[in-house]
Amino acid sequence: MGRIEWAMWANEQALASGLILVTGGTVAVAARFKGWQFAAYAIVAGVFVCLLEYPRGKRKKGSTMERCGQKYLTAVVKVFGPVTRNYYVRAILHAALAVPAGFLLSTILGTACLGIASAIYLLAAIRGEEWNPIEQKPQERPQAGGGTIKQPPTMPPPRPPPETRKKQPAEEAGQENPIPVAIEVGGVGR
Amino acid sequence: MGNWVVNHWFPAVVIAAWLGLNVFLFVYYFLLFDRDKKFYYTRVLLGSALAWARASAKCLNFNSMLILLPVCRNLLSFLRGTCSCCRRTMRKQLDHNLTFHKLVAYTIALFTAVHIIAHLCNFEWYNDSQQATDGSLSSILSNLHQDEESNKWLNPIHSNSTTPAYVTFTTIPGLTGVIITVALILMVTSSMEFIRRSYFEVFWYTHHLFIIYFAGLVIHGIAGLVRGQTAESLNKHNPEHCAQDPTHWGRKNKHSHCEEPEFGSIPAESWQWVLAPIVLYVFERVLRFWRSQQRVVVTKAVVHPSKVLELQMHKKGFSMEVGQYIFINCPSVSCLEWHPFTLTSAPEEDFFSVHIRAAGDWTENLIDTFQQQKPKTPRIEVDGPFGTASEDVFQYEVAMLVGAGIGVTPFASVLKSIWYKFQHADQCLKTKKIYFYWLCRDTGAFAWFNDLLASLEREMEESGKAGFLNCRLFLTGWDNSIAGQAAFNFDKDTDVVTGLKQKTSFGRPMWSNEFSAVATAHPRSVVGVFLCGPQALAKSLQKCCHQYSSLDPRKVKFYFNKENF
Repeated sequence: MGRIEWAMWANEQALASGLILVTGGTVAVAARFKGWQFAAYAIVAGVFVCLLEYPRGKRKKGSTMERCGQKYLTAVVKVFGPVTRNYYVRAILHAALAVPAGFLLSTILGTACLGIASAIYLLAAIRGEEWNPIEQKPQERPQAGGGTIKQPPTMPPPRPPPETRKKQPAEEAGQENPIPVAIEVGGVGR
Repeated sequence: MGNWVVNHWFPAVVIAAWLGLNVFLFVYYFLLFDRDKKFYYTRVLLGSALAWARASAKCLNFNSMLILLPVCRNLLSFLRGTCSCCRRTMRKQLDHNLTFHKLVAYTIALFTAVHIIAHLCNFEWYNDSQQATDGSLSSILSNLHQDEESNKWLNPIHSNSTTPAYVTFTTIPGLTGVIITVALILMVTSSMEFIRRSYFEVFWYTHHLFIIYFAGLVIHGIAGLVRGQTAESLNKHNPEHCAQDPTHWGRKNKHSHCEEPEFGSIPAESWQWVLAPIVLYVFERVLRFWRSQQRVVVTKAVVHPSKVLELQMHKKGFSMEVGQYIFINCPSVSCLEWHPFTLTSAPEEDFFSVHIRAAGDWTENLIDTFQQQKPKTPRIEVDGPFGTASEDVFQYEVAMLVGAGIGVTPFASVLKSIWYKFQHADQCLKTKKIYFYWLCRDTGAFAWFNDLLASLEREMEESGKAGFLNCRLFLTGWDNSIAGQAAFNFDKDTDVVTGLKQKTSFGRPMWSNEFSAVATAHPRSVVGVFLCGPQALAKSLQKCCHQYSSLDPRKVKFYFNKENF
C-alpha cells in the first residue's frame, strides 16, 4: 500500500468543502437570510478554494489519476511556486478562509469541512509532503493500444535463428539481430 | 438492444424497483406534508420547505436502511448458498453488491443536500416568525403556548433574541445533524476512487465513521421539533376556516368556534428503518470476529519463484467452492488489516491454499515473515470463504474463462476442480467444453500455474478427452527474441514458453474472432464468460457478449460474469 500521503485526502476534502461553501452561500444569498453578506463571501471563498484545489498534486510514488481537464489549472497553480507548493501555507490559508463563513448557519458546514481539510493539510505538511504539478507525460508510442500486426513479415521463412535461446528481455540479453525483424510491435500491455 | 436485455434485464429491474421506491417515498410524503390539514399551520411558518425536508428525510431513512445490506458479505454468501435453486441471473446480482452500495451512498449524499438546504430555510423562517411582532398569522402562531409547560407549541424557537446557528448547536436535531453530516462528508471524500485505490487504510478507517452516522441518525428525530396539529385539536379548530381570523382564537365568540390550536411532534421513526440492518451488520461483524478467532494451521508454506508465496492451510469446519475467496490477517504484520485472496485449491483437496504475490507493503512483509524461518510459523487468521461468480462455472455447457495477469488465480481452483471431477468421473459435471484464455505480460511470475496447466493437459490426454479443455495463452509483453524462438520451434509439439501442447499467441486476443468461433462451434449452447481482470477488458468482453448472443432462446447465449476486486 505504501506510505499514506495525507495531502491527497486533504485535497479531496478541501475541494468538497469548496463546493459545500458555494452551495450553502448560494442558498443563503438566494433566500436573503439574515447576514447574507457572509454567504456572499463564502461563495467567493468557495470558488477560490475549488480553483486552487482542483489540480491534484503528484504522488511521490506511483501513478496519479488526473482530474478531467486539470492541466490548464495546473499551469496556473504552478506559477505561484513555493506559495502553492507548501502545504503549511494551504493549511493556514484554509483555516483563515474558513473563519468568516462560520458566522452564518448556512455556511457553517463548509467551515467545519474546510477546517478539517486544513488540519489534514497540516498533518501532511508536518510529514514533509508538498504539492508538485503533474507534468505532461512524454509522448506515447504511436503504436499504443491493441493494434494487430497488419503487415506480413517481409522476410520469408526459413529465417535464421536468433543467437540466444535464453528467455530474457532483449535489453538484458543485449543481442543484435543479424537481420532486423520487420514486424511492428503492437498491443504491448500497459 | 435485444441483446442487452438478455444480459441485463434483472439488474435493470432491481435498479428500477429501487429508483421507483425512492420516487414513490419522495412524492408520497411530499404531497402528504404539502396537503395535509394537520400541517396547515406548520406550512404557514415554513412554506414548501417543510415538504422538501420531510420527503427527503423519508428517502434518507430508506437508503440508510439499504446501505448496510450490500456490505454484509457473510449474509450475501449465505443468500447465494441458499437460493441455489434460483435462476443464475438472480444470483449473479449478488456480485454487484459494491456497485449498489455506491449507488445508495450517492443517493444518500443527494438527499442529505436537499434535507439540509430545506432545514436551513426552516431554521431561518422559524426564527423570523418568532421575532416578528407585526401581528401576522405566523407571529401569532409562534407565540402560541410558548410560556406554558403543556408542550403544545408550534415554533421550536422560544427566544426572541437568538440566531439560527445558536439554535442549531443547542438542540438535539441540529447538533446531531451537523455531526452526522460532517461524518458523511468525511466518509465520502475518503472513499473517492483515487484515495480508495491508493491509500486503502485511510478509506477503511474513515469509513468506520458510519457508527457515528447511524447513532446520530437514530437520535436525530427524537426531539420532534417539526410539529403538526394534533388530531384532537383539529376537531375543535379547523385551520381552513379559522386561519382567516387568528385574533379571535380561544375567545367566546358567536360566529366561530375556534379554540387555540394545539400541536404535537411527529414521532421519530428512523430507528424503525435502520434497526434491522444494524442488527444484521452487528451479527456480521461478530461472525467475522468469531471466525478470526478460530485456529488455522498452516500446513505448508512454499515460496515460488518471482516472489509468490503459497500457503496451504487447514481449518476445522472449512468448506469451500471453486472461485471463492477468503480474507487473511496476519497479526504479526498488522492486527487490523484484512486482505482478500482467491482460493487456489479445489474443493476436493483436503486443505485450502492461496497464492500471495508480493505487490505492496503488506504482502512483502508477510512473505518476509514466512521466510525468516522462525521456530514457530506466524499465526494466520482467516475469514471466509465468500462466493463470487466463478462458482457457477460448472452450470454452463460451455465456459469461456478469461484470466488476465494475477487474475488467473480463481481459475486455478476451477481447473483443479475439473481435474478432480474427471478423475472421479463426476456425473453432475454439466460442462462439455472449456475455453481458457490467459492474458499475461510474462509467464515467469506464474510458473506455479504453468505446472498445473501442464499436468491437467497430460491428464486430459490420458483419459482421452483432449478436446475438453482449450487453453490459449496470450503473451502481451513479448519481444523479438521470444517471437524468434517461437518461430524457430514452430514445428515442435510443445510450446517454447509454457511447454504446453497449445501454442502461445503474441499480443492481445481479437475477441470478436474468438466469440464468433465459439458461437459457430456451439450454436445451441449457453455459454458462460468468466473474467478476472481489468475494467477495460470487462467492457470489451461485455460488448462481445451482447453482440454474439442470439435473441432466439434456442440459440447461443453468452452470459458475462466478473470477479470483483
